[in-house]
Amino acid sequence: MISIKNLHASIGDKEILRGINLEVKAGEVHAIMGPNGSGKSTLSSVLAGREDYEITEGEVIFNGKNLLDMAAEDRAREGLFLAFQYPIEIPGVSNINFLRTALNEIRAYHGQEEMSAKDFLALVKDKSKLVELDSKLASRSVNEGFSGGEKKRNEIFQMAMLNPKLAILDETDSGLDIDALRIVASGVNKLKSKDNATILITHYQRLLDYIVPDFVHILYKGRIVKSGGKELALELEAKGYDEIKKEFELAD
Amino acid sequence: MSLIAENKSAVTQTLLDQLQNNASKVAFMPDSEIVSAIRYLEDKGIPNNKHEDYKYCNIEGILRKEFKSVEQSFNALIPEDIAPLKLEEAINLVVVNGNYVSALSEKMIVRGLTVKAFNELSALEKNLLSSQAKSESDALIALNSAFCGNGLYLEIENANVIPMPIHIIYVNSGNGNCVVNTRSFIRIGPNAEATLVESFYNIGNSKVFSNFVSEKLVEENAKLTCFTFQNEGSLSYSVHTNQAKIFKYGNYSNMTATLSGELVRNNHNVVLAEPNCEAHLNGLFITQGTQQVDNHTLIDHQMPNCESNELYKGIAKDKSSGTFNGKIFVRKDAQKTNAYQSSKNILMSDDATINTKPQLEIYADDVKCSHGTSTGKIDTEALFYLKARGIGEDTARKLLLQAFAQELIDKIEIPTLQERVLHLFEESL
Repeated sequence: MISIKNLHASIGDKEILRGINLEVKAGEVHAIMGPNGSGKSTLSSVLAGREDYEITEGEVIFNGKNLLDMAAEDRAREGLFLAFQYPIEIPGVSNINFLRTALNEIRAYHGQEEMSAKDFLALVKDKSKLVELDSKLASRSVNEGFSGGEKKRNEIFQMAMLNPKLAILDETDSGLDIDALRIVASGVNKLKSKDNATILITHYQRLLDYIVPDFVHILYKGRIVKSGGKELALELEAKGYDEIKKEFELAD
Repeated sequence: MSLIAENKSAVTQTLLDQLQNNASKVAFMPDSEIVSAIRYLEDKGIPNNKHEDYKYCNIEGILRKEFKSVEQSFNALIPEDIAPLKLEEAINLVVVNGNYVSALSEKMIVRGLTVKAFNELSALEKNLLSSQAKSESDALIALNSAFCGNGLYLEIENANVIPMPIHIIYVNSGNGNCVVNTRSFIRIGPNAEATLVESFYNIGNSKVFSNFVSEKLVEENAKLTCFTFQNEGSLSYSVHTNQAKIFKYGNYSNMTATLSGELVRNNHNVVLAEPNCEAHLNGLFITQGTQQVDNHTLIDHQMPNCESNELYKGIAKDKSSGTFNGKIFVRKDAQKTNAYQSSKNILMSDDATINTKPQLEIYADDVKCSHGTSTGKIDTEALFYLKARGIGEDTARKLLLQAFAQELIDKIEIPTLQERVLHLFEESL
């Protein structure tokens, strides 16, 4: 699905990713954990195509194509989806119009015809149930006046609508109460299949009680310093990040 | 205090000479008004950028550069020229090169509606002309008073509600460089209501300097809802002065959409002359190339319990420029005034310019006034969010700019007009 090799990225003079290696196959769920400032959000931004970062070294192959050569919109059209940590409010652009435009641009990219209004609305109805999103929210402006939980559910709703191959969930659990967390996690679980893959980026183990990962990676100072199964997350929860910091301080 | 050029300029004198040579024998304004208008013009001259109110809009410079000699030779228009400009849901009235043309206008007998050319006015009605727009307040009003054509007088009598919009189509069409002075007078009698659309066009291949003045009276408990549609094209340089006066419990609103015109200067002056009346001024413009759109509003709160609202938005592309200058006076008797003003702009290129200047002068102590202005580039975070969902850069930009303009486009309650504005707006993005 995606193969990240020796990825280095900087913002200004500051190198934030310092040689990331990661291989994610179809059907897998990977969790990337790490303390604040370890580069988690930078990794998701770089993969999604945010232009604030300079890639200084390395390569990313996504379904056989060089991801780093593609514009952000083409990455999305190829099936990459980023659930934003802080979904932005866009007053005046309705959720529905936004999603219809997105869906049809993706379809056009793959040489498919536009989806009919009827089919589109049926899809909206179906997928909004998945995250228990009030149908009224679908017709409002993108994220405008949404609560924190509604914004995160809207991200998963969009993911359901666009049906990506690889979803990167950037701190999707942050700011969610336990009920909202359950709804979001159940949505993600229902969308999981043997043909798609998920990368969960999170600070806390909590989310992983609901979405069980196949692999857990610990990111520290721009590198993956440790990888393991789901038990690694529990170990990390028990010991805290200080242990990791101590262990890998020397490698700096 | 304004900086005003004290001596008549050569440009003004040349223009005056040419216009006087070509003026028709019939004058439509009261004689005394014409005399004082010309005297004022000779004294003050057409404003240039040294004049505080015309700092970003050098009218004298444009006349010097683009209208050194004026032919004053005009094309007559035929119904086929007008047909595409009409609005199907409205009564369409036509003013060509400053003269009301009854033959091109729709005749409809609507209770309470009077439409006349200036040369058909009674002495009493004629006295109303120039009662609101005073020559001594602005040289361009003076220019219009001195040389205006056979303009349009529209009146809604007491307590009549006109059930369909009235659409005045102002078209200019010159054969060689022309200066057109178009004038109208709109009176909405007590308890009457009307919706008025004023559209501006320039047909043909000649440059036109269009100097438009409209006086509007909204009497006690009357309501006038106006939409101004400016699409005069790249050969047009225009100044539009709207001088409105609102009486008690009156309600006046205007939404101006500026979609083309090499230069468009809008002077929107509203006097809230009696208690409990309200005014709403809104504007949307999109400029490209070297276009210049200069919006000046002046809302004069003279009496208590009145309200005014202003929302102006602009998008400037290429090397174009836009201005919003909003003055609000709250006189000492105007207690309990509510006055709000907002101007928001988006710059689409490094060479585009937006100037904004809110000016509030408040002499009463129990008032609520606020103003806000912002000018920036398109929101890159929002742009990235849209792109991250597979929407291409171009489409994403258009979505955001449409979203920016939507609340103003929504105010255009006339479907055919809204569609026309939206279509041209989208085309300009």
